[in-house]
Amino acid sequence: MKSLEELKAIRERMQSQVSMRAEDHSHTRVVVGMATCGIASGARPVLTKLSTLVQEKNLTDKISVTQTGCIGLCQYEPIVEVMEPGKQKITYIKMTPEKAEEVLERHLVGGHVVEEYTLSGADIK
Amino acid sequence: MTEISLNILDVAENSTRAQASLVTIEVTADFPGDRLTVIIDDDGCGMTPEQVEQVTDPFFTSRTTRKVGLGVPFFKLAAESTGGSFSIVSQPGAGTRVTAVFVLSHIDRMPLGDISTTIHTLVVYHPETDFVYRYQYNHRSFTLDTREFRQVLGDIPFDTPDISAYIMEYLNENKLETDGGAVY
Repeated sequence: MKSLEELKAIRERMQSQVSMRAEDHSHTRVVVGMATCGIASGARPVLTKLSTLVQEKNLTDKISVTQTGCIGLCQYEPIVEVMEPGKQKITYIKMTPEKAEEVLERHLVGGHVVEEYTLSGADIK
Repeated sequence: MTEISLNILDVAENSTRAQASLVTIEVTADFPGDRLTVIIDDDGCGMTPEQVEQVTDPFFTSRTTRKVGLGVPFFKLAAESTGGSFSIVSQPGAGTRVTAVFVLSHIDRMPLGDISTTIHTLVVYHPETDFVYRYQYNHRSFTLDTREFRQVLGDIPFDTPDISAYIMEYLNENKLETDGGAVY
């Protein structure tokens, strides 16, 4: 069984690093809709993928991944919203872990909105 | 919903929205008795008897973004279609307890699915709420209690990469030791 001793060791290691995450104005928020509609259409693996990638690529100082309830566009779930300070909110629809990875690479890291996956750009007729 | 664990994620979300400070989730697989029991118990705002009656109706929801609420009805149907049972006991100001019993061997029982990721998601994304998760597989069991984690960590948040990874490992390793990697 995994013990709390290990957790204590992690804490001690972290306390020596000191650097706490600064929630400053340059922080980008990535929000995943996790109500019944989102969960049923596959939001959990999208959320897991995004938060894993953000951690792996050491982007936690710049990007925070959180979840929210129903956004009100259930037919387009899983939905991921990207809120960059000083910019208009971008709503990505019908996300998959693969598309989410692309959004992370091209938009969050590269700075270019992936138009074809957005609410305004996707072919949803 | 394709997994019982996704239903748990969805219904436990209601507990956090009901301002619960402690949510207890018990998953008990009893193969000799052919039952899988899921209990979600919270100390949130609770519901009146009228609300409890309405909550299994898909066209009732406390949300304002849309007019249907399918979380609880999905969970109820998933349990009852296996020949199991579903119940909600609630008291305003005291909390709510949701119990779903599945018949393990029934052809219509959906798989438990990735329960460890469900618990990890709940724990990491609800920093205001404490969780106790008890997983039992026949006679073996393990418990995760976020209050114990908090005691060790002080104010270091659960979504810090190292801590988040520890919690996932804690869930995966202890589950494996409890059920030997059984998929059901």
